[in-house]
Amino acid sequence: MKPSSHFWAGVRAELPLLIGVFPFGMIYGTLSIDAGIPLAAAQAMSSILFAGSSQFAFAQLVHESTPALVIVLTIAVINLRHVLYSASLAPHMHDLSMRWKILLSYLMTDEAYAVAVLNYERVGGTAGAHYYFLGAGLALWTSWQISTALGLWAGASLPATLSLDFALPLTFIAMVVPALRNRPAVVAALSAGLVALLTFSLPYKLGLILAALTGIVVGTILESRVERDGIPLGERRIASPPHPKEDK
Amino acid sequence: MTIWLIMLAGGLITFGMRFSFVWLLGRFEVPETMRRALHYVPPAVLSAIVFPELFLSENHLDLSLGNARLLAGLVAIVVAAWTKNSLLTILAGFIALLILETLAIAR
Repeated sequence: MKPSSHFWAGVRAELPLLIGVFPFGMIYGTLSIDAGIPLAAAQAMSSILFAGSSQFAFAQLVHESTPALVIVLTIAVINLRHVLYSASLAPHMHDLSMRWKILLSYLMTDEAYAVAVLNYERVGGTAGAHYYFLGAGLALWTSWQISTALGLWAGASLPATLSLDFALPLTFIAMVVPALRNRPAVVAALSAGLVALLTFSLPYKLGLILAALTGIVVGTILESRVERDGIPLGERRIASPPHPKEDK
Repeated sequence: MTIWLIMLAGGLITFGMRFSFVWLLGRFEVPETMRRALHYVPPAVLSAIVFPELFLSENHLDLSLGNARLLAGLVAIVVAAWTKNSLLTILAGFIALLILETLAIAR
């Protein structure tokens, strides 16, 4: 197959995911307007950060006048999972040129990762597989930019009384609930949520980071325990590979 | 101005994390504990953001039936668990909130 055939195969594999991504991009756009973020900055964020859930958090935290350092830390914590994607894709991308590595890393979102890693597992790190990844990544990138722009455009004329800020918890619920496939994941989510409520009055949104760390530690310990007690592997894994509907 | 600095820093960190192991090639094996811990980042962080949005109204814990966002959030959680469909989840949550808020005004 020609490189272009692999590229378009990647685009096609990404298409079903775009149906879910498009409204998220629009919601991000309207949230940004709600938060008072300048149009140019909100649009640029979609290509500079290009990571849905952290962009939602960014809009929310800017809205609440959170200190810059805490916003950056929050973005970092939310996007930490990309380190794992990077680790899991790295062996397949071993022989690529630096230019390709940079480009594909930039396009490494939840949705592109999910599509690309499954293809790599089928065909290995062939030239065609990189074009496939590129196709999936660019399809997502393009719709993310367009949907952001539409959200910014439509949001400007939407009345503030529509409770649009409720889109944030709703989107996160839509992402996280289907990924709660076992007890450690459920307990991690519940303990993080509980700590978030207990620490809500802490300054600089430090409660959020404390809560996240609690959930991560609780989940990891619980999983080790479940594993030690001999529960089959398939029942203890969460989101591996990540659920395609996570993020954006 | 600050907003652009936040974006730049956040963008650089995010790219750095995406690029990290691709750049380091396969020289370092990810420790099993870290691999495991990273799986819990999305549920932990996202719940830590969602819980206060649902349970707190005006910075106070509100477990009453008058807390429309909590009820609408619970509807969304049930729909998400049942259908695993993001769009349906968001729609159901918004419709529930709309109905509950309309009822509150009517009351």
